[in-house]
Amino acid sequence: MGVGIEVTNLNAWYGANHTLQDINLPIPANHATALIGPSGCGKSTFVRCLNRMHETNPIARVTGSVRIGDLDIYADASPVEVRRRVGMVFQRPNPFPTMSIYDNVASGLKLNGYSNRKALDEIVERSLKHAALWDEVKDDLKKKSGASLSGGQQQRMCIARALAVDPEVLLMDEPASALDPVSTSKIEDLIFQLKSQYTIVIVTHNMQQAARVAEKTGFFLNGRMVEFDSTHKIFTNPTDKRTEDYITGRFG
Amino acid sequence: MKAAIQQNRMRNALRAATDHLATGLAILATLLVVAPLFAIFGYLIYKGASSLNLAFFTQIPKPEGEVGGGMANAIVGSGVLLAIASCLGVPIGIGGGIYLAEFGRGTRLANAIRFTADVLNGVPSIVMGIAVYALIVFREKHFSAFSGGVALGIMMIPTVTRTTEEMLLMVPNSIREAALGLGVPNWRSVLSITLKTASPGVITGCMLAFARVAGETAPLLFTALGNQFWSVSLNQPIAALPLQIYIYAISPYDDQHRLAWAGALVLIALIVIAVSLVRYVASRGILKGAS
Amino acid sequence: METSLEPPSGPGSGISSPASSPATGSGIAAVASNSPVSDVRRFLLARGNSALADRIFSLLMLACAASIFCIVAFIASELISQSQMSWHASGLAFFYKFNVDPQTGLPLFWDPVNGVFYALPFLYGTLVSSLVALVIAVPLAVGVAIFLTEMCPRFLRGPLAFLTELLAAIPSVVYGLWAIFILVPLLREHINPILIDTFGAPLVVRLFGWTGLVGDNGLFGGVNLGLGLLTAGVILAIMILPIIASLTREVMSTVPHSQREAALALGATRWEMIRIAVLRNARIGIVGSIILGLGRALGETMAVAMVIGNTAEIHRSLLSTGHSMASVIANEFAEATSDLHRSALVEIGLALFVVTILVNGLARLLVWAVTRSNPVRVN
Repeated sequence: MGVGIEVTNLNAWYGANHTLQDINLPIPANHATALIGPSGCGKSTFVRCLNRMHETNPIARVTGSVRIGDLDIYADASPVEVRRRVGMVFQRPNPFPTMSIYDNVASGLKLNGYSNRKALDEIVERSLKHAALWDEVKDDLKKKSGASLSGGQQQRMCIARALAVDPEVLLMDEPASALDPVSTSKIEDLIFQLKSQYTIVIVTHNMQQAARVAEKTGFFLNGRMVEFDSTHKIFTNPTDKRTEDYITGRFG
Repeated sequence: MKAAIQQNRMRNALRAATDHLATGLAILATLLVVAPLFAIFGYLIYKGASSLNLAFFTQIPKPEGEVGGGMANAIVGSGVLLAIASCLGVPIGIGGGIYLAEFGRGTRLANAIRFTADVLNGVPSIVMGIAVYALIVFREKHFSAFSGGVALGIMMIPTVTRTTEEMLLMVPNSIREAALGLGVPNWRSVLSITLKTASPGVITGCMLAFARVAGETAPLLFTALGNQFWSVSLNQPIAALPLQIYIYAISPYDDQHRLAWAGALVLIALIVIAVSLVRYVASRGILKGAS
Repeated sequence: METSLEPPSGPGSGISSPASSPATGSGIAAVASNSPVSDVRRFLLARGNSALADRIFSLLMLACAASIFCIVAFIASELISQSQMSWHASGLAFFYKFNVDPQTGLPLFWDPVNGVFYALPFLYGTLVSSLVALVIAVPLAVGVAIFLTEMCPRFLRGPLAFLTELLAAIPSVVYGLWAIFILVPLLREHINPILIDTFGAPLVVRLFGWTGLVGDNGLFGGVNLGLGLLTAGVILAIMILPIIASLTREVMSTVPHSQREAALALGATRWEMIRIAVLRNARIGIVGSIILGLGRALGETMAVAMVIGNTAEIHRSLLSTGHSMASVIANEFAEATSDLHRSALVEIGLALFVVTILVNGLARLLVWAVTRSNPVRVN
């Protein structure tokens, strides 16, 4: 089961660059929330603030609060602890090249000291089934390297890897932008199925994708969140003119 | 007008001639450079191969003036020295490379360390030998295999540090992010993922450093000193292949010259294998499927 | 730290319900009270934040990297402390003074038996052999670099680069061995006579005798042993060639193609293009690689020790024997006759250390300045 995210007065900087300004956002549990906006508007930065990946950059700074469930992730926990509870899938699939498919999916657990073999086998199988990849790889789990799969399969494996640690929230930063249309639609189907158990935040350039997959959508522009509402309303009858301009393709 | 055209034609002919001359000189230079290589290898094989028999690999040197014997103790001695050197040089070197690539990237401290490592690589190895002599041999009042190994190990550190850093920098950042995103602690991510991904390149870097110190003689001249007999004790002087080659090369006996050639051939063979392996791994793509 | 947990309930079906234990609410494991916590989640929540392990690890790695500074400091301190005796005995005069041998009237620099220690001949031998090496090696190396970068057909490039790399990997003692038995006779019997005859020819002596470089007391006069400064210079040249060539090649290849194309578009021949576009742009880096080669030549020990003749004297002729700073240490250190002798040798080593650090540092700076945008691997 997923949890909700409460973002309050979030501001983020890269050095002197004020990338995110006063973001306030309630992200509902067990729903998929899409974040759209033109390139450079800060949506990727925002998502990386949710699992404290933003601060891996030495000149990055964050103020404000992000609560995931009951936990204030900046005040009450360390980055490593937060990232174990918030999974992330990146724009380009990034399997670990020296590991087999099995080891890739199990890596979040094995590298944290989990060693129960039988339990790992079940977890890997369950995660790959969740990611709709099990049937394609079940015979080669330990034989094939993670990097030898096709692009779409790799991305689904990365999703399985993120799911294996049983996160409460799943962040997806343009997960299908590097993939072909067939893989993209498979992943969209996946998100549809997953959102009943996880809270999903998906950044996307593709407005049709947002419309297909997410119940709620937030529109970002120049580091601010302009409008946040149900997807249907955003795409048919947006309140803010800037949202309407973006939707109708007047810029970005 | 006609004069101008003729003048132009002459100038162009001169330019063309200069061009051909330059090409010819460049080719000549290349031939002159490659020639000694073939000469050296040719003579090594010609003079050394005939002396490579079982005795060479199993016997120790005979007393001066006697014919026969081998360099078995020197080969074993080199092995011992290189083992000590690797125990010192490889871990510290890899650790240094990890710092430069994963923690200090872009910092002024890292730049200073990198620059110092490169400069240290250019310090004559005999100076290294003097320093280790002063540190160990002088205080212990005897030469030892241990001091020789330490001298070689110290020489390995800057090389291994630099090559490890280069190999780690080639691991794409996306893989580090994947590990961090899973909540893997940084130390675990660096060791089990980044270093492991770069390991073929890191290992070949260590092999290069290994091959380089395997041929070093100068730092051993007054640390390990050399030994005419079997010895693997760390507290005693020990024989080494390049040392033995040197001693025999400057000796007055023909038979010992013959052994020197054989030893040189063995040494070169090992180094050529190491260099070729490095090139092979490099050409195959250092990181399998990481990019 | 391992925890063995029972596998989740259900025979591994698609979506398994989490283990039916109530939510734990301790410390950072606070979750919404109506969402049960699975075993996996419980396991991960119980892991610490590993801040201590991370800190120890990063400090350990820093220590390894900082060892480089420690090594330099250690070498410097040992050299300085061990050379104190000699420094107190002669001071700066160590590097230029000399006694006069009462019997022969000739300058006496280095006599361990009688405690005379002046280092001038070694400075001379090092300088002369290195200079000879540069004069021979630089044109050849630059020529090879030009050939490999600009003129070489594609299929040859790999093998030739490999051969150059191989040349760089040959140990000094093997070069020395080859030099003793092949190069020395070659020079003594074939090359040196030509040089002696050319520089000693009556016409040449009449024309150039005023320079002092020709004739029996000139650059190629005296006894022809085959060993000596010239031989040392030749073998040094062969040894530093690969370094200068490969570095020059890399520096030349960082010159952007647009420069070459601009020259060609203006109608330059290939050689003119190389001269105008490539060499001119790369000249700082090429100077850097030459200085790097010099640095290597200054410190070369074994090959030089085997062919330079090992006498602590200064003669004008390149055919004379001598000593270099590195070769005298190699020759005499292990059997030094007195503490002062050893200290004097260490002082020579200290001078060598300082000089090579300065030369190498300068060279690296030059190469770095040129290839800053495209980092070049220098070893």
